[in-house]
Amino acid sequence: MSAGVAPWLLAAPVALPLGAGLLMTLLTRGRSLLTLIAGTGVLIAVLLLLDVPAGTRLELAVGGWPAPLGIRWHLDLLATVFLISTAVIALAVALFAALHLSRSEPAIARHFWAPLLFVWAALNALFLSADVFNLYVTLELLTLAAVMLVTLENNQPALDGAMRYLLVALAGSTLYLLGVALFYHATGTLDLMLAAGAVPPAALALMTIGLMAKGALFPLHAWLPPAHAAAPAPGSALLSALVVKASFYILLRLWLESAPNHDAGRILLGLCGTGAVIWGSLLALTQARLKLVVAYSTVAQLGYLLLVFPLAQGAWTGPAFAGGVWLAVSHGLAKAAMFLSAGLVMYTLGHDRIAELRGLAQHAPLTLFTFGIAGVTLMGLPPSGGFVAKWLLLTAAFGSGQWPWALVLLGGGLLAAVYTFRIIGAGFSDGIIERKPPRGPQWIALVLAGLALLAGVAAELPLLQLQEAAP
Amino acid sequence: MTGVEVPLIYVVTGIFIFMRGLYALFARPHLLHKLVAGNLAASGVFLVIAWSPQGGPPDPVAQALVLTGIVVSVAITAYAAALLVRLEQTSGKPYLEHDPDK
Repeated sequence: MSAGVAPWLLAAPVALPLGAGLLMTLLTRGRSLLTLIAGTGVLIAVLLLLDVPAGTRLELAVGGWPAPLGIRWHLDLLATVFLISTAVIALAVALFAALHLSRSEPAIARHFWAPLLFVWAALNALFLSADVFNLYVTLELLTLAAVMLVTLENNQPALDGAMRYLLVALAGSTLYLLGVALFYHATGTLDLMLAAGAVPPAALALMTIGLMAKGALFPLHAWLPPAHAAAPAPGSALLSALVVKASFYILLRLWLESAPNHDAGRILLGLCGTGAVIWGSLLALTQARLKLVVAYSTVAQLGYLLLVFPLAQGAWTGPAFAGGVWLAVSHGLAKAAMFLSAGLVMYTLGHDRIAELRGLAQHAPLTLFTFGIAGVTLMGLPPSGGFVAKWLLLTAAFGSGQWPWALVLLGGGLLAAVYTFRIIGAGFSDGIIERKPPRGPQWIALVLAGLALLAGVAAELPLLQLQEAAP
Repeated sequence: MTGVEVPLIYVVTGIFIFMRGLYALFARPHLLHKLVAGNLAASGVFLVIAWSPQGGPPDPVAQALVLTGIVVSVAITAYAAALLVRLEQTSGKPYLEHDPDK
């Protein structure tokens, strides 16, 4: 390899946030500063990893122990895309919290940094894991940190939502672990690649159901809206933009890398995705509170990701695969922007009841604009990342003669337009606000929404690589 | 009994315990019952993992998996128990509110 990327660099995206997160228990001051320093370090590390030539895998046996007893990390293109998008979103959310949450709600902000860093570390470890058991452990670390984010408000709805989330996650991880047991006994390995083609259907089904429960994929989604809406806005942004994608990431690896030939299962996943798009969007339309609309929109948007499985037809390359990955990235950026805006709306008005969202267009135009820009990506209008991703998925649908999935893609975009415009429309009525939203945090949310929009324009290089270079 | 039948008992018992625990996790309203049920289900899974065919030498990988699984399970249980105590202090009852969609 000509590129001078040392394998130990793989450890940085996990070690930095984990170490900083542990230090939080010792610090009484400077927590936000340490978070931003560690976060910047992670961003630099993952950008350095771009130097790895496409099509090659960078590997690291953690602590020098070889597999199967040791932990083996590896980096391919899919992992790189998720590492970088996670770093951008998490760092933006951390900056938003440092500027805004620390001032508006200092009691909550004090406890925000450790779970943020643990979520980040767990996600990075998950993206780098190559075997089903390490994925299980990282998924559990992620769940614990994510539940901490839900509990931050420390009131009854938050604790109730957190408990529900934890119990569903517990059931999900137990199902997944039973799947791992069958996986191991049938294939004699835990490695996703080595087991390719030999995964028994029972193991695949158990692992998939467990992951669907943890990732709030329809019909196992009911825990998500109360939990995500109960967290403080930067926490909701992390949960909806990043945490739920972990299950999708494992499903991608499981269904495309290890078990590429299960037609019936793929169609079943596609049907669940269809149900998510319809049911999630309809419930988003009927909610009375802004944060719940955004949370149900997450349920709907996760449904599109499931359509990748019937459309990709087990192929680790091609338009459906690239489109699915890009949809996950664009949704992450747009959803983080939406939840941060929702937090600013709550700060401005003192509530988030949609019927009373008056005066936003007059007094907080930037926040309302951000919400709209993020909505463009969710609807899938050009030039957003959502548009390019859906275009690729539509290409795959027509190219393989599976046009019914195209109807779901287009109809879902229409529903997203309705629930976005409902909020924008309410924001345009006249009214008096409690206080002006702060300038800096508004710009951070706008930059995230803008990146989601630009993800359509600047997508050519990563998308070509995703379509062509099999890991 | 032969070498094949004895280990199979682990699998059958393990899956039975797993299903019993998972059922109770959803059916029991009391949160402490749910927590214990979740632990029970996990123990069932550990039995299935620990199974090694033909009664041969124990599989070190399977044992490592079970040990790690137990550590994870302890961490989750401790956290859930702490959350349960806080929820009970806040709402005055060790149950979840119904109807999350409302």
